[in-house]
Amino acid sequence: MEVMRLPISVSQRKKLVSAGYTSLSALSSASPSDLARDLEISEVAAHEILKVASHGSRLDKSDGNKAILTGAQNAWDMYKEDLHTRITTSCTDLDNILGGGISCKEVTEIGGVPGIGKTQLGIQLAVNVQIPVQYGGLEGKAVYIDTEGSFMVERALQIAEGCVEDMMENNNIRPRDLQVIQDKLQPKSLLANIFYFRICSYTEQIGVVNYLEKFVSEHKDVKIVVIDSITFHFRQDFEDLALRTRVLGGIALKLMKLAHNFNLAVVLLNQVTTKYAEGSYQLTLALGDTWAHASTNRVILYWNGNERYAYIDKSPSLPSASAPYSVTVKGIRNSASNCKRIKLM
Amino acid sequence: MANRLIVEMGLPKSIANIFAARNIKTAKDALSLTEFELMELLDVGLADVISAVAYISEMVCPPCETALLLLEQRLQNEQLAGHLPTRLIGLDKVLCGGIPFGVLTELVGPAGIGKTQFCLKLALLASLPQSYGGLDGRVIYIDVESKFSSRRIIEIGSKSFPDVFCREGVAQEMAGRIVVLRPSSLSDFTESLQQIKVSLIQHQVKLLIVDSMAALVSGEYKQDTPGQHLLGWHISFMKSMAEFSRIPVIVTNQVRSQIRDEVGRFSFQEQHRAEIAKDLTRFDSHLVAALGIHWAHAVSIRLVLEAISGLIGSKMLRALDLISRRFIKIAKSPLSPPLQFPFEINSSGISLLDDDGVEVLGPKIHAIHCQELQLLLPWKGDHWDPIQGIQEQVELLHRQPSLKTGPPFWRLQWLSPFHYLTHDYNGVYKIFKKIQIVFK
Repeated sequence: MEVMRLPISVSQRKKLVSAGYTSLSALSSASPSDLARDLEISEVAAHEILKVASHGSRLDKSDGNKAILTGAQNAWDMYKEDLHTRITTSCTDLDNILGGGISCKEVTEIGGVPGIGKTQLGIQLAVNVQIPVQYGGLEGKAVYIDTEGSFMVERALQIAEGCVEDMMENNNIRPRDLQVIQDKLQPKSLLANIFYFRICSYTEQIGVVNYLEKFVSEHKDVKIVVIDSITFHFRQDFEDLALRTRVLGGIALKLMKLAHNFNLAVVLLNQVTTKYAEGSYQLTLALGDTWAHASTNRVILYWNGNERYAYIDKSPSLPSASAPYSVTVKGIRNSASNCKRIKLM
Repeated sequence: MANRLIVEMGLPKSIANIFAARNIKTAKDALSLTEFELMELLDVGLADVISAVAYISEMVCPPCETALLLLEQRLQNEQLAGHLPTRLIGLDKVLCGGIPFGVLTELVGPAGIGKTQFCLKLALLASLPQSYGGLDGRVIYIDVESKFSSRRIIEIGSKSFPDVFCREGVAQEMAGRIVVLRPSSLSDFTESLQQIKVSLIQHQVKLLIVDSMAALVSGEYKQDTPGQHLLGWHISFMKSMAEFSRIPVIVTNQVRSQIRDEVGRFSFQEQHRAEIAKDLTRFDSHLVAALGIHWAHAVSIRLVLEAISGLIGSKMLRALDLISRRFIKIAKSPLSPPLQFPFEINSSGISLLDDDGVEVLGPKIHAIHCQELQLLLPWKGDHWDPIQGIQEQVELLHRQPSLKTGPPFWRLQWLSPFHYLTHDYNGVYKIFKKIQIVFK
């Protein structure tokens, strides 16, 4: 029965069914006053039901020559947009395998063993999103949601200083512009553009994800949301795993919507856990197999010999590949020992 | 804020009553359900549910701060810019001032390496008056392993700060500030933690030490349930405690031997299995931290204490000698590079032998070595050739540029079943003696 799927209250649904309205087409021909009489509800309520029903059944009329379906976008426009909405990681090799950097409009999950540099990468991205347009950046702001308490503001300052320093060195900007940019690019003003939320329970985590939509619509220039880490509270405090999966699924959907609607990047940092498979213990990202579907891209950071590597575990648009990177005083940078050694797997 | 009552949030009366009627009292209850589940349960239209959830979420959500504001607050409000100096000059320098406030710092290492000694020293430092660079506060020392020694702490005090401790009554005052708790079980510990949270601020507590976390679960360890999960609640409780009272928290962790098939690799790395077999580092660390990866994610700073024994040779390779050294390594830190420092335990506690750290590359920084001898000897057919093996290795190592900046030692390993014999200290020592003679 189609009406069972309508997002209206249970009692109203029951009334609809008992009055014989079971399909959407039956509703589409009804007027508000008819419906109000049949269901014995107010006309306003009847109007609401009809609005919901027509929304559910609508195959939208074309919206001029812009798009055939409202809310849709053609591939060419998407391609053009895609080129200009990447946030660099400050490591060329890593950018290359990511197709230019962390992509806006997508949810990217980054996981790895303790001490590999997840938080470092998170802070780096929160700083890099602010790189001015002249330097090929997005000139946006960042939201940093800290669930673990691992955000170190001293480290953020170091990374911001490193970022500014590198920009000054690498680019030739006309002297007159330089002054303006220098004023804008004080390391401290970079820190002022990182909005920090400290989350202490999973309820707060759900709350902040719900609230983000409002927050971002008030701060339109937010271009990245980093959650460090998505795992922490869900791993400790949940006994009911089925509920956990549902709640996490809800969070993932909301974040995806947020990324799409506000054209921003969502980066989720995840922890690793051990899993017994094929006769040995293997490392895998936490939160289970259902969660693995939640993010668009999945990047795993790992040790390969003496070097840190990033591996694209899952992505709809990128080949799986790995690239070395290193963590320096200035932040994430190219691996020192080799500049060109991207391995296609 | 998770347990805030919905009734008191200021939602429109009509909808707040519906929540109350369905026994959804707190924000936690409401937000644990999806919006559709709520719609079903409350019998209200979706639009109303969405707006109510959005409202509750906003109420629950903690306030937003900018990172700049955070930085300024720290610099203004905290003594020593939020760090407890360890007085180990090299270590303090790379840790940007010492053990940071607000996070968990872990010491991990084999038994007898000096974890407790380090803890005692830190307890003393935190209790010192501010004029001597201390935090001038109380210390809570949770002594799970019953290793705390009051005699030792006074000894360390009078040896490292003779000018303070020579005055009368100081020893009593300093030692009086260190409160020692000895929980007998995990539930005991849970209870004490909850009490501590309340008394932290009231009593000017400036440092919390737990020695050790691993001992708490070792008694309750079951084969199929990993011990770390028992500590899930404690991990988040201690982290939030450290953060909200802005004090440093030191925890120690024991080591256990590594299980063979316990390979720290992702599934996509498996195709290199052949390489792994050849990989020397696979045989490198036989000890791992007793609390596993889940716990390791929770600590912000991990310091590994280890002991390495090895052969030391002069540049001319005329003599080889057996040495044993202890090292402290910064294995995990958001701020500091992976350095290692040689240290020793003496009457004044713990002290560094060299304030310039040596950088350790790659995952070796996480390895924990015990006081065991390791020989790297090529295994040829069914006999082994120690002399030639050592000669080759020594030459090889001296050609590596990194060794010149590194500490003057190397580890030698067996690549054979004899590997396990290296635990037999005396037996190997005899072999070393023989080798020495040959070189002479």
